[in-house]
Amino acid sequence: MIHAKHVHKYFWIPHQLHALKDVSLEVAKGEALVIIGPSGSGKSTFLRCMNRLEYADAGEIWVNGTNILDVDCDINKLRAEVGMVFQSFNLFPHLTVLQNLTLAPETVLGRSSKQANEKAMSLLEKVGIAEKCEVYPDQLSGGQQQRVAIARALAMDPQVMLFDEPTSALDPEMVGEVLDVMRTLAREGMTMVVVTHEMGFAREVADRLVFMDQGAIVEQGTPEEIFQNAQNDRTKLFLSQIL
Amino acid sequence: MSYFGLDRPRSPLYYTAWKITFVVGLLLTCGLFYYAAASVHYDWRWYRVPQYFWYSGQEDIRSDFSGTVKEVQHTPSGTVIRFAAEDHPGELVSMTLGAGSEALVQPETDVYMGDIIAKRSFSKPGILLEGLWVTVVVSSFAIVAGIGIGLVTGLCRLSNNPALRWGAITYIEIIRGSPLLVQIFLWYFVVGFVVDALLGQVGLPGIAPLWYGVAALAIFTGAYVAEIVRAGIQSVHRGQMEAARSLGMTHSQAMRKIILPQAFRRILPPLAGQFISLIKDSSLLGVMAVRELTKATREAVTSSLQSLELWFTCALLYLVLTFMLSLFVQYLERRAVR
Ligand SMILES: Nc1ncnc2c1ncn2[C@@H]1O[C@H](COP(=O)(O)OP(=O)(O)O)[C@@H](O)[C@H]1O
Ligand SMILES: [Mg+2]
Repeated sequence: MIHAKHVHKYFWIPHQLHALKDVSLEVAKGEALVIIGPSGSGKSTFLRCMNRLEYADAGEIWVNGTNILDVDCDINKLRAEVGMVFQSFNLFPHLTVLQNLTLAPETVLGRSSKQANEKAMSLLEKVGIAEKCEVYPDQLSGGQQQRVAIARALAMDPQVMLFDEPTSALDPEMVGEVLDVMRTLAREGMTMVVVTHEMGFAREVADRLVFMDQGAIVEQGTPEEIFQNAQNDRTKLFLSQIL
Repeated sequence: MSYFGLDRPRSPLYYTAWKITFVVGLLLTCGLFYYAAASVHYDWRWYRVPQYFWYSGQEDIRSDFSGTVKEVQHTPSGTVIRFAAEDHPGELVSMTLGAGSEALVQPETDVYMGDIIAKRSFSKPGILLEGLWVTVVVSSFAIVAGIGIGLVTGLCRLSNNPALRWGAITYIEIIRGSPLLVQIFLWYFVVGFVVDALLGQVGLPGIAPLWYGVAALAIFTGAYVAEIVRAGIQSVHRGQMEAARSLGMTHSQAMRKIILPQAFRRILPPLAGQFISLIKDSSLLGVMAVRELTKATREAVTSSLQSLELWFTCALLYLVLTFMLSLFVQYLERRAVR
């Protein structure tokens, strides 16, 4: 589904930074992959390279059979197949919840508004906020907003979902409701790449756990392998700090 | 008010006292002006002002013939006077007076050519009203064109294409860096001269100065609107564009559906300020023979010498225009509250 090969990413502003150093990773269809690692280790950058919100400087990133770093690739079509959920929700504040969900299917996929509305309502039902469909995002709690954001991404019928710390901006009591939605998605067989600090969720849901540090993948394995039997010292240090 | 609550609460007396202070200050200022005006023995003749808005008068109608009036006939379309004219022997010739005319001759009156035979009352818009209309027309065209120019330039200013970006920067810097009055002279005496000469060579009539005025104001305002638009777009959080693009929207779809609607609400207040400036700046167009409100007032002052009343009136008219504009923008702002 996703295959990153020897990906490098540099930032030049404000100063030169080698943010991703030869990162290779394969995500199988239906797999739930969780990326953990200390702040600044390049997790977000890597995730954003997967739908080209960041343009990787070297390597190949194959998504669904297309190399997205190829200049000829139709990136808009590809992004439509890759859902993304942001730490800060990024809902469209000038649109109602329902319009947030229908805009892209209508403009990008050319769905009729009836089709889009039906799909949107069933997704809102699924994430448990159908009754809020006519309100604006700023009238919702953080947890509700993030669930709407997940529904918005799902409205495009994506093949893969990318989550960048979806619960980090939430009050503790709202983390659960968002993780529940993600858990359901994983159980339904959605291909997911999740960056998170929620170790309980990682342990329970992840098919594979990837530990990143300083722009590189240091160690990967099943949650048991990583949590109980980490090989690398940096992994051990990180886990000891966070658990 | 914006930081209300950060300091200790004020007593109601505080507010009352300062409200009274404001009113007293206002009255005092007005009184001082009044006193000053009264002490220079100026004859206030406000009754002379209305004629500059709507002018009523009478004009003489003179006979086209020499001879004898034979008949004065009132018809629905006006009064018809028939003559037995000296140079048309054997037949009656007639003159038709337009509506609102009143014949001063009866049948069997002898008249010579050029004698006053009737009076016609007429009324027409006065010079101030005409000037006001020109100001409204010029400003409206300039505002609409300025929005278009500003939007396009603002988007170019943010484009990745160097030609577009540098083009926008050059335009903005040049326009903002020179006085509007000079730009108006350039439009009229340089651009106008060249364009009219070129048109003349191919046998076309020249363009009215009014349109050079509209162009000068629109191009001037466009530069400022472009900067307002740019700031508005940049004030929309980056995550909005990323979210829109991550859903597969193209750059222009995201711009139109996500960024611009959010920017619109934020740029309304500064836009209103810019357009209020434009209405006031249109007063400079008098230098290029456009008889807008200020020029019209100057002409009225020259003919009437009631300068105080007329300049007050002029200022008041501008105030009404700008106030209506800002009410309209406030209405838009309330409607676009999201
Ligand atoms: N747009 C950017 N410009 C410059 N540096 C960036 C940018 N985005 C991220 N970085 C830097 O790249 C490194 C990795 O960042 P990031 O991927 O956000 O880490 P993580 O998500 O693991 O906390 C950090 O040092 C960060 O400062
Ligand atoms: Mg991050």
